Amino acid sequence: MEVNQHSPVGTHHDDHSHHGHDHHHDHEESNNFFAKYIFTTDHKMISKQFLITAIIMAFLAMGMSLIFRLQLAWPDTKFPFLEDIIGRWGKDGKLDPGFYLALVTLHGTIMVFFVLTGGLSGTFSNLLIPFQVGARDMASGFLNALSFWFFFVSTVVMCASIFIESGPASAGWTVYPPLSALPQAIPGSGLGMTLWLISMALFIASSLLGGINYVTTVLNLRTKGMTMTRLPLTIWAFFITAILGVLSFPVLLAAALLLIFDRSFGTSFFLSDIFIDGAPLDYSGGSPVLFQHLFWFLGHPEVYIVLLPALGLASEVISVNARKPIFGYKAMIASMLVIAFLSFIVWGHHMFVTGMNPFLGSVFVFTTLLVAIPSAVKVFNYLTTLWRGNIQFTPQMMFAMGLVSTFITGGLTGIILGDSTLDINVHDTYFVVAHFHIVMGSSAIFGMFAGVYHWFPRMYGRMMNKKLGYIHFWFTIIGVYGVFFPMHFLGLGGVPRRYYANTAYEPFSVFMDINVLISIAAIIGGLAQLIFAFNFFYSIWRGKKSVQNPWKSNTIEWTAPIEHLHGNWPGETPVVHRWPYDYGKPGSPDDFIPQTVPYSETPESNTPEDLKH
Amino acid sequence: MNLLLTLAIVFGVLVLVRIANVAQMAAELSGENEDDEQDKSNKWNGMGFLLFMIFGLALMTYSTIKWLPLTLPVAASEHGVKVDELMDLNWAVLIIVFFITQFLLFWFAYKYRYNRNKRSFYFHDNNKLEAIWTIVPTIVLAGLIVTGLVEWNKITDLATKEDGIKIQVYSKQFDFTTRYAGKDNKLGASFFRNITDANPLGVDSEDVAAKDDKIAKELVMPVGQEIELVINSRDVIHSVYLPHFRVQMNAVPGMTTRFHFKPTVTTAKMKEITGDDKFEYIMLCNKICGVAHYNMKMGVRVLEKDEYTKWLRGEKKVFEPAAATPATPAAPADSVKSPVASI
Repeated sequence: MEVNQHSPVGTHHDDHSHHGHDHHHDHEESNNFFAKYIFTTDHKMISKQFLITAIIMAFLAMGMSLIFRLQLAWPDTKFPFLEDIIGRWGKDGKLDPGFYLALVTLHGTIMVFFVLTGGLSGTFSNLLIPFQVGARDMASGFLNALSFWFFFVSTVVMCASIFIESGPASAGWTVYPPLSALPQAIPGSGLGMTLWLISMALFIASSLLGGINYVTTVLNLRTKGMTMTRLPLTIWAFFITAILGVLSFPVLLAAALLLIFDRSFGTSFFLSDIFIDGAPLDYSGGSPVLFQHLFWFLGHPEVYIVLLPALGLASEVISVNARKPIFGYKAMIASMLVIAFLSFIVWGHHMFVTGMNPFLGSVFVFTTLLVAIPSAVKVFNYLTTLWRGNIQFTPQMMFAMGLVSTFITGGLTGIILGDSTLDINVHDTYFVVAHFHIVMGSSAIFGMFAGVYHWFPRMYGRMMNKKLGYIHFWFTIIGVYGVFFPMHFLGLGGVPRRYYANTAYEPFSVFMDINVLISIAAIIGGLAQLIFAFNFFYSIWRGKKSVQNPWKSNTIEWTAPIEHLHGNWPGETPVVHRWPYDYGKPGSPDDFIPQTVPYSETPESNTPEDLKH
Repeated sequence: MNLLLTLAIVFGVLVLVRIANVAQMAAELSGENEDDEQDKSNKWNGMGFLLFMIFGLALMTYSTIKWLPLTLPVAASEHGVKVDELMDLNWAVLIIVFFITQFLLFWFAYKYRYNRNKRSFYFHDNNKLEAIWTIVPTIVLAGLIVTGLVEWNKITDLATKEDGIKIQVYSKQFDFTTRYAGKDNKLGASFFRNITDANPLGVDSEDVAAKDDKIAKELVMPVGQEIELVINSRDVIHSVYLPHFRVQMNAVPGMTTRFHFKPTVTTAKMKEITGDDKFEYIMLCNKICGVAHYNMKMGVRVLEKDEYTKWLRGEKKVFEPAAATPATPAAPADSVKSPVASI
């Protein structure tokens, strides 16, 4: 690859003239703003591009959620500033019911796809796969850059849809037809939905380009000694995630394409027997349930596309900060593989009451509840890793612990939703909203924060402020539980989700106080994210300079120079001699032994098992 | 307002800059090295986790006691009682697991916070332990799966059920209409192309079974009788959600879905049970269906059988003989010719 040609390798590095040449080359590059920051093919820069785009999108989506939380908690109050922000959608300080649905839809779409898929995988797979497997860059730097650019354009298209006359897509992030197919049914299903579909198609292209690259890099570009069972769990998680994405995203693309055909070319894949706006439509023979099958065939693996990278990041962060090897390394890999496999055969649990054959429902109950087993194994392995550890509470460790807590809480309520009998009455209520925001939303975002705090020095050569990190964590976890724990009760009270106001049924007014509480918690949690944003951007320029290996970590990304250079390592890529989790090994003078240290140098700590290697 | 907001933001940023700077400077001035600094953070945050657990679990318990009475009252249907029992069984298991695991997580965080004179315990594999926490959850889950599926099959297996009183719930943006099958307990066929203002359900006037069908704007059911809801939609997907009966089924255009259940508590009885003489059952749309989704609902009443019969007698027929609704299909002539209709 191009990258390899320019990389100073081995003896070349020692040769003064070549070194000078490299320096000149770097100099040339950094002079050109566009080449360095925009059209870069360097994985480190691309990961920053993903991260910063995702942070901006996350604030946008969070802002949307705060607007609709205002409406839900204070339905009778006018908020004049709404008109300043969203114009005619907030006329006289009242949120428009149609725009409420648009906000709900965009909040979900942006968070799930742009923040927790593009942002999370895009950032950390890009940063860590080459660094932790000991590669000079991704297998294809060009495809990688293309992946970011498809992603960026898709976010631009999605944002553009907010500004059009008929409003953005408003049929919920799952865009079930016929609602999403018929502009007569809801204004957002006009141009807004078209832009949604275009944006999603671009996003899928981005995701596939990224995924193929990640898989190829992990399989082919590992440095000497880096066997698959010496890979950090982060890499395993990204690797499995990428495979999931490559297999499932094309199905969403198929669904989107068929929906485009139905919308624009008069086909009837998902539509049949419709009478709307005083006239029957000519669609015949299609099935709305088919769309749901296609959507959730991606949609469920998508949950793990979001979650697995977070779990991978947490595994690494917990082990480093507990100064203890991750417990059950192989069981962790096995459980991720099992989860990944099962994730393809559980999609029907989103459809128990949609008119799908109930017998099929039984099968999905069975497969769904099986997912709880590998998940339980992961939780117990995390707990055992903490047991008798020596825990450093860095901000990343706090967020990783928060992840374990929310993963447990949300995972348990998943058992109720996965049971078709119990799902009948809580399906599409706030119980579901509570469940997936805790298990998927919060866990994944906690994992992402853990990753940012941990690898920030690796990205920017500076440290983030820890004190602000602690404040950020405590407000965030209090916010998360404050928002989503009370929602379970709304769900058990039968309050449907996606309701602009709970005025349809008078007894729901008993939940008013809870709704106020939720919104206050949301505002507090939201404000806490400003602390993070400040800390992040402040530290990029003004943070304390990082040392070589700030967290005393074993993995090989910390052996590369702090200053980024093309090809990551100035000389040969490091050679790996052991697994990444030798923390607190008895006999060793330090409480960590980096992967690059051969067993021959550590006779005092070698175990009989090690000698077999 | 905007000025105020801008000022607040500027002020907030300034405060954060101060915190960041002061924290760094304080550490440098006090001559504390980074390890001392980290020791302090470990102490405080370790305590934080312990307190968070204690207060968190206490608050959760308190709010559960406080809010549980706000949730749905006892199930008003035969299968609903079973669903609730099953739910309680699940909660019992889940709450135990929740408390144990959260306790361990936060307790370990506090107990094993960093001590620079200590080493962690190098312990990375134990097949026996891992086997235990693979097998135990498997057994527990098997129990939950089986009990759940047995009930699910009973609820959904229409073959084993006695014939129910057929009531069609017909959905459109943004209301429901009900149609009662009448004496023959057969609903006349309906087709979307028959829809007119006078015949909003598109019932086929030629169908003999439709002759005695009655139409209403509320769902009224006799107590203790098997009911078969026949669910249709004419535009987008809606969902028929009867929370008090633990009943939910989507209304899908182009197909018919069904839900069989037996109401067991009359509205009058439920008023007694809840101690609320204004209590009424409700049917809500629970699938996003458009701008007024949140207002799509229908009143529901459960009556004694004779009251029900009396009520039904008073309702109007789909085709009143006197009214002599024209039976011609309402579809505009040009809508039939499009070739894509058959794709």
